[in-house]
Amino acid sequence: MTKPRTLYQKIWDDHVVHQRDDGTALIWIDRHLIHEVTTPQAFEALRLAGRAVRRPDLTLAVPDHNVPTNHRFEPIADPESAAQVAALAANCADFGIEHIEINAAAQGIVHVIGPEQGFTLPGVTLVCGDSHTATHGAFGALAFGIGTSEVEHVFATQTLLLKQSASMEVRVTGELGFGVTPKDVALAICGQIGTGGGTGHVIEYTGPVIEAMSMEGRMTLCNMAIEAGARAGLVAPDAKTYAYVAGRPRAPKGADMDAALAYWATLKTDPGARYDRVVIIDGSAIAPLVSWGTSPEDVVAITGNVPAPADFADPSKAAAAARALDYMGLVPGTAMADVEVQNIFIGSCTNSRIEDLRAAAAVVAGRKVAANVKQALVVPGSGLVKAQAEAEGLDRIFIDAGFDWRAPGCSMCLGMNPDKVPAGERCASTSNRNFVGRQGPGARTHLLSPAMAAAAAVTGRLTDVRDLMR
Amino acid sequence: MQAFTTLTGIAVPFGAENVDTDVIIPARFLKTVTRKGLGKGAFAVLREDPDNIFDAPRHRQAPILIAGDNFGCGSSREHAPWALADLGFKVVIAPSFADIFSGNAFKNGMLLVALPQDQIDRLMEVAATDDITIDLENQVVTTPFQDRFSFEIDPFRKSCLIGGVDEIGLTEAQGAAIASFEDRLAADKPWIGGAAKRAA
Repeated sequence: MTKPRTLYQKIWDDHVVHQRDDGTALIWIDRHLIHEVTTPQAFEALRLAGRAVRRPDLTLAVPDHNVPTNHRFEPIADPESAAQVAALAANCADFGIEHIEINAAAQGIVHVIGPEQGFTLPGVTLVCGDSHTATHGAFGALAFGIGTSEVEHVFATQTLLLKQSASMEVRVTGELGFGVTPKDVALAICGQIGTGGGTGHVIEYTGPVIEAMSMEGRMTLCNMAIEAGARAGLVAPDAKTYAYVAGRPRAPKGADMDAALAYWATLKTDPGARYDRVVIIDGSAIAPLVSWGTSPEDVVAITGNVPAPADFADPSKAAAAARALDYMGLVPGTAMADVEVQNIFIGSCTNSRIEDLRAAAAVVAGRKVAANVKQALVVPGSGLVKAQAEAEGLDRIFIDAGFDWRAPGCSMCLGMNPDKVPAGERCASTSNRNFVGRQGPGARTHLLSPAMAAAAAVTGRLTDVRDLMR
Repeated sequence: MQAFTTLTGIAVPFGAENVDTDVIIPARFLKTVTRKGLGKGAFAVLREDPDNIFDAPRHRQAPILIAGDNFGCGSSREHAPWALADLGFKVVIAPSFADIFSGNAFKNGMLLVALPQDQIDRLMEVAATDDITIDLENQVVTTPFQDRFSFEIDPFRKSCLIGGVDEIGLTEAQGAAIASFEDRLAADKPWIGGAAKRAA
C-alpha cells in the first residue's frame, strides 16, 4: 500500500519531469496564462536567444492590468500602456499564442477568464506572471505566480525548476454567519496567520465552510492565499467544480471529459496524510471584516475600533502600526463604522465575478450612492461577467444608484491604469492589497467584501452590511 | 546570470518589515518593455523624502541592503529585483523573504541572505559606519569587528550563483526527459493538450 498523500503531493508527483539530487525538480507546466505587464522582457529574451515557445497550445494571453475601463474603443491615451498592450498582441502573433484582444467579448482579468474559458482545470499545474494566480487553486489546480525570468523559462521549456513547498492545512470549521462572505474568511486568515504566515507553504483549504462555498467564493479565498504569504492555495475538486468546468469553451469534451472526471476524482488528500502545519479557524466566529492599516493582516471586525500601536506587544509591530495609522490618517479608538469613504471599488481578480456583483447589487437595490462618495466603480471581471450581469439587470441597479458601470480590467486595484484613488482619500475596495500607494500615490485602502463595499457606497462610510440586510 | 562569490561594501541599514513589492517599485513604473532603468522607481514613495536613507551620501549606490522580516511580499513583479539591482544592490540581508521575490532575485544573480533578527540588528549597527562582507562560498557574513554570521542557502541556488548558470540552458539539457514526459502526458491525459486552440 502506498503512503497517504496530500492533494498537493499528488499534483506535484504527477508533474515531475526530472528529480535532481539537490532536491530541486523539473516540473511540467500544463497551463500558462500571460498578460501584458510581465511578458515583454521574456519575449525579448526568447528572441535574443533564438528560442521558440515550446507549447503555444498550452498558453493563453489577455491584456488586463493597463487596460482603461472606459472609452474602450478609443486608442489607449497613455503611450506606455498602449505600447505594452500592443507589444502583447505583436508578441503573441509572432510566437503563435492565442490572444484574447482588448475589445474581444471574452476579454477580462486573467484570473477571471482562465476559469471562465475552461482553461483552468483540476489537477493541472498553472502559472502566470502574477501573484494572484493562486486564484486558480479553487479548482484543485496547483497554481502560482512567477516572475518574468520564469515566464521565459516556461515559454522555452514548458517546465520550471522548483523545490517543493511545505504543506499547510487551513481548516475552516462551523458555518459562516449572516452577512459573512468568502472575502471575510480570506481576510480572517490573513489576520490570524499574518502576511508572512504561509511563506514557504502551499495551503489546502478544508472543512465545512469550504465545502459549502461556491466556486466563486473558493476563487476569492484562494486568490488571497498569496496575501497570507503562501505560494498557492488549493481546494479539492468536487461536484461543484466539475459542474463549473463542464461545457466551458476550452474544457474537455466527450470521452476526454469522462477520462478527466475519473482522474479528478482521485484529487483529494488521502485519509492519514500529514500536513506540515495545520491552522484551524472557527468560521462561525468570523464577522464582516475591514482593513485599517497598510497590510492585509491589519483587519478588524466592522463592529470594532481602530487599534492603537500600544495594542501590539511586539515593538516592531507597534512601530509598523504607528506608521500605518499615520499613512491611513486614522485615530486609535475610532469606531470603524465612523470612517467616511470617498471612493468605492467593486472589482479585481478577488471580487469581480457574477456572484460578487449579485451580492453588491442586492445591497444597492433601491438605494443611492451617498453624497460624500466622489467615485463609485463597478468593474466586472470579464466581458462575459459583464454580459451576464446586464442580462440579469444588475447594471441598471448600479447605474440607477449612481455607480459607474465599467468595462473589464484590473482597474483601481493597482494604480497602473487611469482608475486611481486620489492622494489622501479613502477607498472601500473589494481588491486584495492595501499596501502604501497601491491604488495610487497617497491612496488609503480599506479592504472588504462586495456586500460591505456596497453598504459603504450607500452610507458614505464603512458600514456593517448586516444592518442594511435585516 | 552574473556570477557571485564575495562582496565587501557599504550596507543600507533600512530595517523595515513586510516591505512589499509595491513599496519596492509602484505599479506605475511597470509600464516598460525592458529590464533597464527601473532604479528611478525603486522605493519611489520613500525617496520623495529628501532625507531618505537610500539617497544619503553614505548609502547612495551601496551594494547591500539590510531589511526586516518578510521582505518582498506581495506581487510577482520581477521589476522589484530589477529596480533594486538598478539602484546598485547585489545582496539583501533580512530575517526572511517572500517566496516569489526570492526566486526572482535569485534568477537575477542577486544574493538573499537570511539571518536571525539579533544578527540583523548587529549588522544594522555596523552598517552605520563600516563595511560588511558577504562570502557566498563559505556562507558567512563578517564585519571588521570579528562578527561572523553563518547563513544557509539552497545548494542548487548557491552553485548557480557562483557559476553564473543559464537556467534555461540547464533545462534544455533535459530535453529528452521533457519530450518523454510530453508523450506520456498526451497518452494519459489527452485533455491537457491543445487547450488554447480548443475555442468554441
